[in-house]
Amino acid sequence: MTSQTIGPRPSVLRRILPQLVILAVALALNVAVFPEFFQIDFRNGRLFGNLIDVLNRGAPVALLCIGMTLVIATKGIDLSVGAVMAIAGAVAASVVVDGHGWGTALLAALAAGGLCGLWNGLLVAVLRIQPIVATLVLMVAGRGIAQLVTEGKILTFDNPGLIHLGAGTVAGVPTPILIWLALGALVTFVVRKTALGMLIEAIGINERSSRLAGINSRVLLVCVYLVSGLCAALAGVIVAADIKGADANNAGLWLELDAILAVVIGGNSLLGGRFSIIASLIGALIIQSVNSVILLSGLPPEFNLVIKALLILGILVIQSPRIGNYIYLLKASGPQPEPDAPASSPTKEETAR
Amino acid sequence: MIRSTHLPLLITLATFVLAYALCASAYPAMLSLRVVANLLTDNAFLGIAAVGMTFVILSGGIDLSIGSVIAFTGVFLAVILRETSIHPLAAFALVLLLTTAFGTAMGATIHYLEMPPFIVTLAGMFLARGAAYVLSTESVPITHEFYDTLQGLYWKIDGARFRLIGGLMVLTFIVGALVAHRTRFGQNVYALGGGEQAAKLMGVPVARTTIGIYAVSGGLAGLSGIVFSLYTSAGYSLATVGVELDAIAAVVIGGTLLTGGYGFVAGTFFGILIMGLIQTYIVFDGTLSSWWTKIVIGSLLFAFILLQKGLTWAAKKRAAQARMRTATGSAALS
Repeated sequence: MTSQTIGPRPSVLRRILPQLVILAVALALNVAVFPEFFQIDFRNGRLFGNLIDVLNRGAPVALLCIGMTLVIATKGIDLSVGAVMAIAGAVAASVVVDGHGWGTALLAALAAGGLCGLWNGLLVAVLRIQPIVATLVLMVAGRGIAQLVTEGKILTFDNPGLIHLGAGTVAGVPTPILIWLALGALVTFVVRKTALGMLIEAIGINERSSRLAGINSRVLLVCVYLVSGLCAALAGVIVAADIKGADANNAGLWLELDAILAVVIGGNSLLGGRFSIIASLIGALIIQSVNSVILLSGLPPEFNLVIKALLILGILVIQSPRIGNYIYLLKASGPQPEPDAPASSPTKEETAR
Repeated sequence: MIRSTHLPLLITLATFVLAYALCASAYPAMLSLRVVANLLTDNAFLGIAAVGMTFVILSGGIDLSIGSVIAFTGVFLAVILRETSIHPLAAFALVLLLTTAFGTAMGATIHYLEMPPFIVTLAGMFLARGAAYVLSTESVPITHEFYDTLQGLYWKIDGARFRLIGGLMVLTFIVGALVAHRTRFGQNVYALGGGEQAAKLMGVPVARTTIGIYAVSGGLAGLSGIVFSLYTSAGYSLATVGVELDAIAAVVIGGTLLTGGYGFVAGTFFGILIMGLIQTYIVFDGTLSSWWTKIVIGSLLFAFILLQKGLTWAAKKRAAQARMRTATGSAALS
């Protein structure tokens, strides 16, 4: 909405500024505990360095949060992405173990992920089950299905094409980085260059009125969960390819929570509405940078969860409607800005949250 | 007369009886008292936690932190009994206080910051699990003679041992059912689940009730943690991952409406038993793999959610028809 008044470029920058600041702080902490953090080498035709590691290790969460951002923008949530990752990894592994090529494996995994997304979407959009419950079904049963596919074993494979997706490089850059960057750019382009993004936001703000306004919310909701399933499938294939095996029990375990956290850090409200995929992706990088600080500083990794919890709590306080009202009142009681000054638009945004 | 609000509970009961009959026809040994006793013992910690979850879901909320709180309680007990010489009973009191305070804090955050329970308890889940990791990442055994005494307590009938923790679960369910249906707090919980706005207008103390619900859930998760530590004689920070989902599944299979307002504590008890039965069947069968448990529970969950949807839809339709009838009736009179 701000794009019409101020123009797209400055509004995007302003939107992601808080996330960029947090990311800068997290990276600065990394440098503080490990001065050579930004050093990047080029060895054996591959880029090496801690920064590259952050980008590479953050790939699964980054992929998940692309779909999750869209789902959360419709006031939904997708708890099943971790389980879908396990299913997709298992399907890809079993297809290459059966002697098919990596292309077939990738397609089969994407099909499995798409099917899972479709199932979630139908439960939410057609049967009208609240999203947290609808996706809970697949979260509970999904790992069982994945184990059914792998027959309870950790399926290992040595198909070079499939491994390349998780551990290989293209022009020196690790493939996962390219995949999440490309997918993020593609989805952002599609939702922002068409009306799709606005329609999704409309569903999140008020589904009933969006339907009355003529938006086919059912189809859009199904599509959003479908995209989330596809993103999860891609993440699952990357994780499986990285360890050269499909582990139905542990692949993607708790990643749904990281993905939701990334979206929340990205400043997207869990109550639906306005969203920014770029901000969510930066959120994913922030999480990975925090992980990296903990690893590099030699702090026991046990503190990881505590720090994440405190991070969520801090963001919750900032996002809270009541605190938002309080800040608004503080601002309103201060000197009033000029009525036509552009400074009035951010306060409006804050009250909208 | 069968009221539509009782229908989910009746269907849960019927499912349980049917499932038990199927199991017994395949393996007559499952009818033995020993299996029943083990069913109670093995699901004791889950059952106690599920009572708390029933209250939370009845009020229209959700608590994702209980699995982590159970693990934290176990590790806390193990570490404190290893490092200090305080009596386990004092340690129990201390840990119950801690977990209840933890639940209270989450409830206060949910109410005063007006945040969705889902995300607040998610933060709580990370926090409790993280605290357990910080205390110890290894499995800490508990060796205390008082623990041996408690574990040695059982009531023997025909070779079946009804242990203390199973009895504690049944007691928790009875107290939970009494609180839900016979106290003002229980009625407030139902009112809150029916709609916060309406509850507020009716004079329900929303703040006190919301905070109380999460305090109860936290406290019962603590009690469940104590039971789990008695069950395993150890505290391990990686234990009970995903128990919150099992508890939610048990509540839903027990016939409680996930949107809140309808349901029975007793239903959750049968939900727990059905889930335990599935596990027992798989153990008896021996050829089925354990992942079938997850798939069957997932399908049951789905079936019950569908049932809930159908019932709500039918009730709405009936209400609309009744409205229509009175409207046309009064029109005809005038």
